[in-house]
Amino acid sequence: MKIHEYQARQIFRDYGIPVPDGVLCYTVYEVEKAAREMDRMVVVKAQVLAGGRGKAGGVKLARTVEDAVAAGKQILGMDIKGLTVEKVLVTDAVDIEKEFYVGLINDRNTKSITLMVSAEGGVEIEEVAKNNPEKIIKYSINPLTGLLDYQARNVAMELFGNIKLAQKAASIFIKLYKLYIETDATLAEINPLVLTPENEILAIDGKMNFDDNALFRQPKILAMREPDAEELQEIAANEKGLAYIKLDGNIGCMVNGAGLAMATMDMIKLYGGSPANFLDIGGSSNPQKVIDAMNILLSDKNVKAVMINIFGGITRCDDVAKGLIKALEIIMTDIPIVVRLSGTNAEEGLALLKETGLPTVSSMSEAAQKAIELSKR
Amino acid sequence: MSILVNKDTKLVVQGITGRDGKFHASKMKEYGTNIVAGVSPGKEGETLDGIPVFNSVAHAVKATGANTSIIFVPAAFAADAILEASDAGIALVIAISEGVPIQDMIRITPILKLNGTLLIGPNCPGLITPGEALVGILPAMIFKEGNIGFISRSGTLTYEVVNLLTQNDFGQTTCVGIGGDPVAGLYFIDLLEMFENDPETKAVVLIGEIGGDAEEQAAQYIAEKMTKPVVAFIAGQTAPPGKRMGHAGAIISSGSGTAEEKIAAFNKAGVPVAKEPGEIPELLRRRLAEQSK
Repeated sequence: MKIHEYQARQIFRDYGIPVPDGVLCYTVYEVEKAAREMDRMVVVKAQVLAGGRGKAGGVKLARTVEDAVAAGKQILGMDIKGLTVEKVLVTDAVDIEKEFYVGLINDRNTKSITLMVSAEGGVEIEEVAKNNPEKIIKYSINPLTGLLDYQARNVAMELFGNIKLAQKAASIFIKLYKLYIETDATLAEINPLVLTPENEILAIDGKMNFDDNALFRQPKILAMREPDAEELQEIAANEKGLAYIKLDGNIGCMVNGAGLAMATMDMIKLYGGSPANFLDIGGSSNPQKVIDAMNILLSDKNVKAVMINIFGGITRCDDVAKGLIKALEIIMTDIPIVVRLSGTNAEEGLALLKETGLPTVSSMSEAAQKAIELSKR
Repeated sequence: MSILVNKDTKLVVQGITGRDGKFHASKMKEYGTNIVAGVSPGKEGETLDGIPVFNSVAHAVKATGANTSIIFVPAAFAADAILEASDAGIALVIAISEGVPIQDMIRITPILKLNGTLLIGPNCPGLITPGEALVGILPAMIFKEGNIGFISRSGTLTYEVVNLLTQNDFGQTTCVGIGGDPVAGLYFIDLLEMFENDPETKAVVLIGEIGGDAEEQAAQYIAEKMTKPVVAFIAGQTAPPGKRMGHAGAIISSGSGTAEEKIAAFNKAGVPVAKEPGEIPELLRRRLAEQSK
């Protein structure tokens, strides 16, 4: 789960990380009021859940209230990577001496939380990792001890080379680690962390992601969720026990199991088609689940054919077939469907489906080719 | 021979009185797995399908000498159950539970290391040594004794491919589903090493997917250390970036973890990558023929 910058800044603030003042605004009028009250140079920043806001023109420096109003007019309502900007953050423009990067991530390889810092702040860390990997310092944190004072201080010394500043930065690293643990984050980034001419260290921009598996114990984080239309659809599917991701092709797929669902999409592409979605219905043969899945698939108007790919393991194919037949009695559709059943009780399942006249096949590649053919009719 | 589980496996089922635990305990027993105990706090003294139930893993180990555990408890309690098994001296733990918080896994990893416990999963289908032991939720009838080692991040895709192998007369030594989570127990390299050292295993099939760089590391390991042929398949070539494809670990983040990178790494290591699952038996046949020349 992702949150906006203004929400990440609030979490930072709650944990005592210094963040410049800012006001969240939904209208140009609010922007004007905020800029007037701040009475100094401000930055107007688009709040959307996408990276590269600066490059897209969603971040503007405003020297006067008039500038801020102009920036607000430009940014509110603009489109960044397909997302409409509905709110902006108006924040103090801080004088910057130097910019740094600080981040915490879950590292799959070391199976630990890793602290990453770099003197190359203010640019995307992926760029630095690609072009100048030596400029990133990584420190793998022992989960049994957490991030210790001396460790944070030593890493900070590498960046600042001055003990007073290093101690200020180290205290920020430790607070960031604490909030990372306490919120079940999967990413916590301060970029940039800036040093001001007055030797203050401030978090100017923040990004946080959270572990979906841990949201059950993070009610405060869950309350911050602001899904877009696409995510709303994914969440709704999830609540029905389905994993659904919309893509831009025209062949809908319904599969049991995530790996097989991905392989099914790949297979459609391999044979020259284009998958409309990823859809994993899990291990159940419950007719209701098949109905829900079909409803989601067919709500995508691009879908011209549907490929159902089931490998029966513990789930029996004849049960799946019964579920399908029930589902199709309820959902009347003209969209052609091809069904592939294999594994436990596949023959019985296929025999049941034959009576309904649905095209059935026993291999994945046949199913993909058939679905592509049907989609072209 | 085989790896990890065999006739000497003495299995304890944690969460045996739950719906999934009960169902799969009976399936595993039916297959011939030596299930010696079940654990369900407060139910010590009961039996289920002839399996004695204990309050704790420690009690189960003391009474039965259990050496392997399989966990079916809900995700929120899975890390605790894994540690309980580890602290009771269980050598190999298989966690089936899906949806375990990542930081729970990070927290317990160093303790498992200290105790010398091997973990498979979480969010995995388990493993099987055909003809000897089934420790997981895999559909037993598609497997067959033989000499192919099998490792996969997925469940049903494993069944799909194993079924093809069995139909083409490639039986298996051991098939391991390592699970779809980003932070998990035994991974590709650990298992490749075990298969390399297992005299019965003649070749290995590896099924990877998008997310992380474990496939790239496996490719490097194969190039440097393995004498046995390996054939691979990677799922998720059409997956969009930034979206979690069902499995928590199957996500292309910041442009890395793509199928293209993984396929390139395997090709560079001389490992053939199947374009579709149906190609795997033929690639395996070719690699084994080359090997015997």
